[in-house]
Amino acid sequence: MVSRERATPLRPVEFDITRPPESLWRDAWRRLLRNRAAVVSGIFAIIVVVAVIFADDGLIAWAFNRPARPLLAPYGFKEVDFDNTRASPSLQRAAEGGFPHLMGTDKFGRDVFSRIIYGGRISIAIGVFGSLVIMIFGLAYGSISGYLGGRADALMMRFVDIMYAFPTLLFIILLMVILGSTAGFAAIRNMVLGIGLVSWMGMARLVRGQFLSLREKEFVEAARMIGARDVTIITRHLLPNSLGPIIVAVTLGIPNLIMFEATLSFIGLGVPPPFPSWGQMLNEGWRAIRADPHLIFFPALMLSLVMMAFNFLGDGLRDALDPQMRGTM
Amino acid sequence: MAIYIIRRFLWMVPVLLMVTVIVFGATKLVPGGPFSTEGRPMSPEIRANFEARYHLDEPTWKQYIRYMVGDIVDTGNIRDFGRNGLLGFDLGPSYKYRGRTINNVLFDGGVVKAAVSVSAQLGTLAVLIAVGIGIPLGIISALKQNTFIDYVAMFFAMLGVSIPNFVVGLMFILAMLWLNQHDLPALPLARWGTKNFGDWLSHMILPAITLGTGGTALIARLTRASMLEVIRQDYIRTARAKGLRDRAVIVGHALKNSLIPVTTVLGPLMAAWLTGSFIIETIFSVPGIGRFFVSSISDRDYTLIMGTILVYAVLLVFMNILVDISYAFLDPRIRLED
Repeated sequence: MVSRERATPLRPVEFDITRPPESLWRDAWRRLLRNRAAVVSGIFAIIVVVAVIFADDGLIAWAFNRPARPLLAPYGFKEVDFDNTRASPSLQRAAEGGFPHLMGTDKFGRDVFSRIIYGGRISIAIGVFGSLVIMIFGLAYGSISGYLGGRADALMMRFVDIMYAFPTLLFIILLMVILGSTAGFAAIRNMVLGIGLVSWMGMARLVRGQFLSLREKEFVEAARMIGARDVTIITRHLLPNSLGPIIVAVTLGIPNLIMFEATLSFIGLGVPPPFPSWGQMLNEGWRAIRADPHLIFFPALMLSLVMMAFNFLGDGLRDALDPQMRGTM
Repeated sequence: MAIYIIRRFLWMVPVLLMVTVIVFGATKLVPGGPFSTEGRPMSPEIRANFEARYHLDEPTWKQYIRYMVGDIVDTGNIRDFGRNGLLGFDLGPSYKYRGRTINNVLFDGGVVKAAVSVSAQLGTLAVLIAVGIGIPLGIISALKQNTFIDYVAMFFAMLGVSIPNFVVGLMFILAMLWLNQHDLPALPLARWGTKNFGDWLSHMILPAITLGTGGTALIARLTRASMLEVIRQDYIRTARAKGLRDRAVIVGHALKNSLIPVTTVLGPLMAAWLTGSFIIETIFSVPGIGRFFVSSISDRDYTLIMGTILVYAVLLVFMNILVDISYAFLDPRIRLED
């Protein structure tokens, strides 16, 4: 290297520091927004959730102690109309200026579109509450196992292996039969419990893997040095740092939960009629598949769209939170 | 390696034992017995007779032992050990189909071939389709990354993973019905073909494709992803630098390593097939185990319920062990660490 006198003296360069510091989450959010499929799916999912919550004014009705009236759904889910049974989908107004049956009616004259919206309630509820149950079991088990490590961890993972040997759907079916088929909230609670009880292992393994690798990092050692207790270390340090894969796993797990519910309802072990559920509507539609294909087409379409949306969203989240895995599974 | 395999098989025993305990307990918890769901009410004497005959009046743990090892409880003769119980491969009498045993219902069948073999055929075909189509598709997509064929393949894979398999089945049925309506040749939908191979294939192909769709898509995506990762490794670069032809590099080095994540996922995938098969069997009216299972629950046929779950559990554990073994075969680090 040849050193020479500078032609012009150096001037201090002024940097313009106006951008706020980047955090992992803001960075990930920006990456997520660039993924069009994920954004579309996210918007679709939000629309579905809103439509499903506001299908009727249930909450207000409960507050004012009167029966619920349909809000976003044009008809009630058990509103029968025997003059109009098994109508095909059409855009014409139904009798007496009623809202057109966009997706036709079933054999009792119930509007399929409204039933689909109400049925979405079950699916979304299972998705949300099922994920909660899985998170509670999986996080608790996995964090303890991962944190302890060594023999305790090996033992706990053996139990998980045993649980993996269970044919899960069969077990859920058995559980549902034991708990009986009741109406309303109890059925959802039973299904959520059953599904959660057999699906928590994946989350436990994931959390355990994360903890095992995070345990060796310096900040954990530092925390221990200043006297933090184990519980504190787990909740304040290890868990927040594992949040990324957990979020991805939860989002990608929702389609599985919805699938479980649809399968259970299809074989008749879900929420009992008349409250609709997509799996139940698939069952009815399948029986009538030759005569009224619209009865099966729309529930199948909705089910697929919602599952696809959450899959794309989960993929987008995974790409956003861990760009090294971009383009891969 | 041999020790690894033996260890894995030994683990089968406690796992299956636990499964029997849990399922037995669960069936005992089901409200209503096998004789109370009939339409006609039974007089208490008759019911007492039935219960004595099927030993339903004994304490639960005794019933369990009887189920497992047979009538040793009565005769006390050690030579009767296992003759009538689970350990002697006797799954007990069926409550619903009176006079037939579970072994007969599940394994002998009657007019149509045995239920188990039907489900097994369906499952095997689905596995073959998934592996036979998924892996090559994944490899090609990885090698020709970001080309048209890659995009098309991955798009269909995405669809296949997201759309539940019974929806695919229903769409097939709709398509066949439409073809029937317009007098075009279509594949038959119900029943099972036993006349000749062509008949069998035409009945089997739709359910098998439906069952295999999700698996194919998943395996394709996974193979592509791991292949992409493997190709970028240094040892592949070395092999290419040494002058090996591309095909030799792929087959000899890249393939084995990229199949590792695929085998990992094969275990849960096969479990999903086992369970997914009910719906497919119901939709396509295939006379397999799935249908028996569902009806046995509503009929409270305890022994059939237990028998079906046990068959599934044994299959599942066995397949998991096979997957583990092939996993150890592909990845030497696994067998060395256990």
